[in-house]
Amino acid sequence: MKRRDFIQKTAAAGLLTGLGGTALLNSGFIANSRKHITILHTNDVHSHIEPFPKTNADYPGVGGVAKRYTLIEKIRKENPNTLLLDAGDIFQGTPFFNFYGGELEFKLMSKLGYDAATIGNHDFDNGIDGLNAQLPNAKFSLLSSNYDFSNTVLDGQIKPYQVFKKAGLNIGVFGLGIQLEGLVNKKMYKETVYQDPVGITQDIVKQLKEEENCDLVICLSHLGYHYEHDKIDDLKLAKQTKNIDLIIGGHTHTFLEKPTITKNAEDKNVLVNQVGWAGINLGRIDFYLDDKNNISGKGATILV
Amino acid sequence: MKRTLFVIFSITLLLINSCKEEKEELKVSKIEGKQLRVQASIKENDSIKNFIAPYKNRIEEEMNTVLAYTPNTLSKEDGKYNTAIGNMMADAVLEMANPIFKKRTGNTIDGVLLNHGGIRSIISKGDITTKTGFNIMPFENEAVIIGLKGTQVQKMFAYLAKNQIAHPIAGMQLILDKNAAIKSASIQGKQIDPDKTYYIATNDYLMEGGDRMYFFGKRESQTYLDYKLRNIFIDYFTKYDTINPVRDRRFIQE
Repeated sequence: MKRRDFIQKTAAAGLLTGLGGTALLNSGFIANSRKHITILHTNDVHSHIEPFPKTNADYPGVGGVAKRYTLIEKIRKENPNTLLLDAGDIFQGTPFFNFYGGELEFKLMSKLGYDAATIGNHDFDNGIDGLNAQLPNAKFSLLSSNYDFSNTVLDGQIKPYQVFKKAGLNIGVFGLGIQLEGLVNKKMYKETVYQDPVGITQDIVKQLKEEENCDLVICLSHLGYHYEHDKIDDLKLAKQTKNIDLIIGGHTHTFLEKPTITKNAEDKNVLVNQVGWAGINLGRIDFYLDDKNNISGKGATILV
Repeated sequence: MKRTLFVIFSITLLLINSCKEEKEELKVSKIEGKQLRVQASIKENDSIKNFIAPYKNRIEEEMNTVLAYTPNTLSKEDGKYNTAIGNMMADAVLEMANPIFKKRTGNTIDGVLLNHGGIRSIISKGDITTKTGFNIMPFENEAVIIGLKGTQVQKMFAYLAKNQIAHPIAGMQLILDKNAAIKSASIQGKQIDPDKTYYIATNDYLMEGGDRMYFFGKRESQTYLDYKLRNIFIDYFTKYDTINPVRDRRFIQE
């Protein structure tokens, strides 16, 4: 935790110094930026459709889909070029899931205008058949690039990535899921095959950059923020890959004070964010791009 | 006059453009990131709230449906080796799961083993509702019947004797002596036959080694019943008007 803070502070401080302080940022900087994309995101909402009870010690009255929608609509009015994403574990945690099997979660996410989500381990809690049964209620895409569903009912229904066009820009979004063995009963995920996220990411990002001409690349990850041991996580993924602008994480229910700035394999900045769980928070990342769509050069400034 | 203005205008445009060109070569851009709290003070969107309402109402109706009555508060802390609530839960699994298992396989469940930690709540004196089922078993774990050789069943008894925790059991009896060594162990009232296969009902979490129940690892068979433990308890509460379990001699120290 302390180390992470240190990295963030040095990175942010270094960038500000390089540009000569905030005065420069405030004057002329924004005017010169021609395109503005807003990314809103949630993770591990776990069927928390209603706000926490007013009697809850930690989060009285906080959260809930109806409040989140008010917030989202306000931001969309500020910037129509907004994408709304979720990093998985949509299901399980309240009787809404036990009673309706995820129907309400997917219907509400569709009403809120989610663009895409990835699949968390708990999204298999009613089995892969249970997830499949709810797909007609999802008007957004479920994305996963490292689960091979070829020999399952989900075959052909889950895309590895999707390219969204906003403000004339191509925004590539791809999904990554956690290793299921030992975490989810095999009976639930059946013949779903987990593949190494790093190798898959390198291939997908290359495709997004070179073939799909993406200006921005966003990873929706349910790998988890960070583990001390060897298990792959968002920070390790960022370090071992390139050309990802933003990793939106989940699984570890991590509350970050602010998005983490870390370095990729080319020593360029990558943002990693996760906003706790249960819909307590909404993450917001704003990308300002100039005409050359350059956002990851050395001059890029990250304010968190 | 018009012409002059046009020229000045064009020159100005050129100047602006050239300025811009220079700025663009800087290739600067900006990313801002923050986290927004979905505060209690934010107004709920009415259309979303109204959409949720019927789903919520049905849950509340069903959750508050009275299924049975208990004259005593049941707690997993009321006994060292066996508890009234644990006995009720293990008995419920045996009673509700056995007909399904028998129909599917022709075999009979010999014993049940759950875990003490899996009893997630007390049952308060008074009405038992659907919500009671969710309180005592909030997780989705389901019943699974495991075929174990007698030698593995012996390991299961050794585990129970060693841990001295009131893990719920049914169909079996374990009596420890005053040194907590096994004095007698029986299943369906008989001594354990090392070569026989016994059918033990448990849940998928314990089958996979949860609570260090590794003896389930070396199994002859596993049969899922597609029957969640929570639903077993809810169905059991629906079946009986009064739930009044007691502590007994199924797992004791003499």
